Amino acid sequence: MSDNKEKTDGLVSLVIDGQPVQAKEDWTVLETARHNHIHIPTLCYHEAVQANGGCRLCVVEAKEGNWSKIVVSCLYPVKEGLQISTSTAKVNNVRRWILEMLLAECPASKEIRTLAEAYGVNSTRFKIDRPTEQCLLCGLCVRVCEEVVGVRAISFGSRGVNKQVATPYMVPNNACVACGSCVTVCPTGAMQARLNMVRGNVSERTGHGHAH
Amino acid sequence: MDRVNKAEDLRELRNRLIAAQDTSRPVVRVCLGPGCLAQGADKVAGAFKKAIKDRGLQADVKPLIKETGCHGFCKLGPLVNLDPSGLFYAQVKPEDVEEIVEQTLVKGQVVDRLLYTENGNQYQTASEIPFYAMQQKIATRNLGLIDPILLEDAIINGAYLAAAKALSYMKPEDVVKELELSGLRGRGGAGFPTGRKWRSAVDAAKKSPGMVYIVCNGDEGDPGAFMDRAIMEGDPHGVLEGMLIEAYAVGANQGFLYVRTEYPIAVKNLKRALDQARDLGMLGQNILGTGFDFDVQINRGAGAFVCGESTALFSSIEGKAGEPRAKYIRSVERGLWGRPTVLNNVETLSNVPVIIDEGGDWYAHIGPANSPGTKAFSLVGKVKNVGLVEVPMGVPLSRIVEDIGGGVPGKDHFKAVQTGGPSGGCIPYSLKDVAVDFDSLIKIGSMMGSGGMIVMDDTDCVVDVARYFLHFLEEESCGKCLPCRLGLKGMVEFLDRFSRGEGSEEELDELVSLGEAIKDGALCALGGSAPNPVLTTIRYFRDEYLAHIVDKKCPAGVCKSLITYSIDTDKCTGCGLCVRNCPQSCITGETKTPHTINGEACVRCGMCLESCKFGAINVA
Ligand SMILES: Cc1cc2nc3c(=O)[nH]c(=O)nc-3n(C[C@H](O)[C@H](O)[C@H](O)COP(=O)(O)O)c2cc1C
Ligand code: SF4
Ligand code: SF4
Ligand code: FES
Repeated sequence: MSDNKEKTDGLVSLVIDGQPVQAKEDWTVLETARHNHIHIPTLCYHEAVQANGGCRLCVVEAKEGNWSKIVVSCLYPVKEGLQISTSTAKVNNVRRWILEMLLAECPASKEIRTLAEAYGVNSTRFKIDRPTEQCLLCGLCVRVCEEVVGVRAISFGSRGVNKQVATPYMVPNNACVACGSCVTVCPTGAMQARLNMVRGNVSERTGHGHAH
Repeated sequence: MDRVNKAEDLRELRNRLIAAQDTSRPVVRVCLGPGCLAQGADKVAGAFKKAIKDRGLQADVKPLIKETGCHGFCKLGPLVNLDPSGLFYAQVKPEDVEEIVEQTLVKGQVVDRLLYTENGNQYQTASEIPFYAMQQKIATRNLGLIDPILLEDAIINGAYLAAAKALSYMKPEDVVKELELSGLRGRGGAGFPTGRKWRSAVDAAKKSPGMVYIVCNGDEGDPGAFMDRAIMEGDPHGVLEGMLIEAYAVGANQGFLYVRTEYPIAVKNLKRALDQARDLGMLGQNILGTGFDFDVQINRGAGAFVCGESTALFSSIEGKAGEPRAKYIRSVERGLWGRPTVLNNVETLSNVPVIIDEGGDWYAHIGPANSPGTKAFSLVGKVKNVGLVEVPMGVPLSRIVEDIGGGVPGKDHFKAVQTGGPSGGCIPYSLKDVAVDFDSLIKIGSMMGSGGMIVMDDTDCVVDVARYFLHFLEEESCGKCLPCRLGLKGMVEFLDRFSRGEGSEEELDELVSLGEAIKDGALCALGGSAPNPVLTTIRYFRDEYLAHIVDKKCPAGVCKSLITYSIDTDKCTGCGLCVRNCPQSCITGETKTPHTINGEACVRCGMCLESCKFGAINVA
């Protein structure tokens, strides 16, 4: 009887770290884990915007039958019978390297340092090109500005190793409504530090509509 | 040309064209494929046209000049084939044309010096040459044969007959079944079974009625690979026919052909072919009176390697940034504009008409059961016969590199072959007999990829090679995910250190661990396969890595920090040429007595080595 009821409710049953859990059909593995207080580290995820699977810190091992694969939990949809392990050797290996590389990529970020330490990564062997950098290019600021605020005051400039968060054409612009959403979602101090580049000097702004 | 309104019209048109051919006239085919073109084939073709005009040749010796796609034997370009004699002339220069016209066309004699000679054997026709005799051409069947500009050439050679058969006499379901039976696997890299992909799209469309799209992937971005380019340039109707059959099978009315932006000739030839096919009635509405509509739009690539990846390619067609998206929902279910979309590679599609023509069962019996058919490869690097080859799957690697490719010039054998493009794997000589098919290559840590093969010899350093590929991929990373954007850069840092003789054996193992993390963690297959060259070279050439790290030596003499230049006092005549060429002025010595190099100041540029006429410069 209870089986029937679950089906009509659109619930699926899966196992996370040995613990049987239930999820709504359209949930991801991460949402399900959080709902059940199972911790999975994330950097580029925020409930307010669409997940994009960029930081890869939230990787878990997904097993179905005799097939298993490393997937990102923030995007992976739940499925009946799925078995998830949040800290296998492979998963931990992916995380430890990402964190060690992040220590070199955003060496000025306290948040990254704390997170890395929590996973036993205390130093980095990689070259530090920009000692004051805090941004990991997770794109949360860009996405929140576009998806939630709806103004697109910030975007990614360039690509690959030269990628960076910037305003279009690198000039402060009137599109910014100074709402601070980007600062709120930023997982490091990066957006706080570059806010003035985005919005310019607020007191001098004309307020005549949006740029571009 | 007449429009065809039913399948029968096409067959009649073909018969008429064949009957109208003036078989008394000789045909001169000049290869204008990428390799021959680079060696001046267009000037050869021009010289033929001019010679014919200037001489006012009589009708029966006045040849038809055809400018064809790539024959494959690029090393010997420009290539010229003559019919009906079947003569094959290699390395033809514009200056040779006069003699060919005079001797062969007018007098019917052979110009011996232009024939291809190998191991003392002189070959008159192409089919006798081992390079060609060992191949089997399906996807590249029309290259070198037809003039891609001429629709009638294509039709005479059977273009669109398979499409007519499919549209007029088969149900879409039958076409899908035929492809499933053939066992054809995608030639773009991943080797996914084509029939199964089509079936999934059909199923997806049933669940969500509406538009279905097909996309042909002609973005070919691997350095050194030019199979798809050769096919698009040399047999554009073959590609369109494959798309038409696919569209009919999966119920798509719109197709997109995504062509690498650096391929202007391919775009030009495909555009012309599109217009011809529309005029003919093989594209557009109510094709062959069957009620089926289909048309194709050409999209120019966005110029990034990653745009060949399916989700990035779709974003690019939709007008967005060409960045991959994580796909846990397959694109056959949700691709372009969220609709079921089938993406197939150029070479994959160019096999399709032959499969419909000859039957899936016929195709399934070529090559091994799990990877049937033939595969085109572009053979480059330290190999004698640089070019394009097509062989049955499953042949040993040595057949391709040594028997067809002619091996390494001046060396006993190759050191390694990189298959699968920049993110493929490096196969050592000890595995020279590995069967070249999807599964066997994966088993040894490499992959088929799209079919690039880069041959290396003992002057190539594996650390340097791995570094080169990694650096290429680092620059092509779209930057969206951390394992790829930061990880490839990190791997290059490791390799930089090794090439300077720094590091330890533990670090070598750490590099493997980082490679595994990137493979497991990257968002798309660019990052997911990028560590392959590093992982395979460490697996097969660990000693060479250790030679760098532990012994501080680069056995191939490539890594600058680990080599020293010195002068062999027995060979040096004291001519002083090296002194004048050394940018560091670090070579000294009295005239006519042996010179010496000051190792401290030497920057290992190799200028002395190049300039010395007596082989007196040693590198170790
Ligand atoms: C970075 C990257 C680049 C790719 N480039 C190409 C390409 O240039 N041409 C191609 O056909 N497939 C390319 N692929 C593979 C495609 O994503 C896809 O698998 C293929 O086009 C499917 O066609 P097939 O099944 O006929 O092989 C690439 C994949 C990746 C990850
Ligand atoms: S500024 Fe912050 S939110 Fe924006 S990309 Fe950088 S780390 Fe992410
Ligand atoms: S693996 Fe590389 S190319 Fe693919 S999404 Fe990640 S950064 Fe972009
Ligand atoms: S939180 Fe899932 S990839 Fe960043």
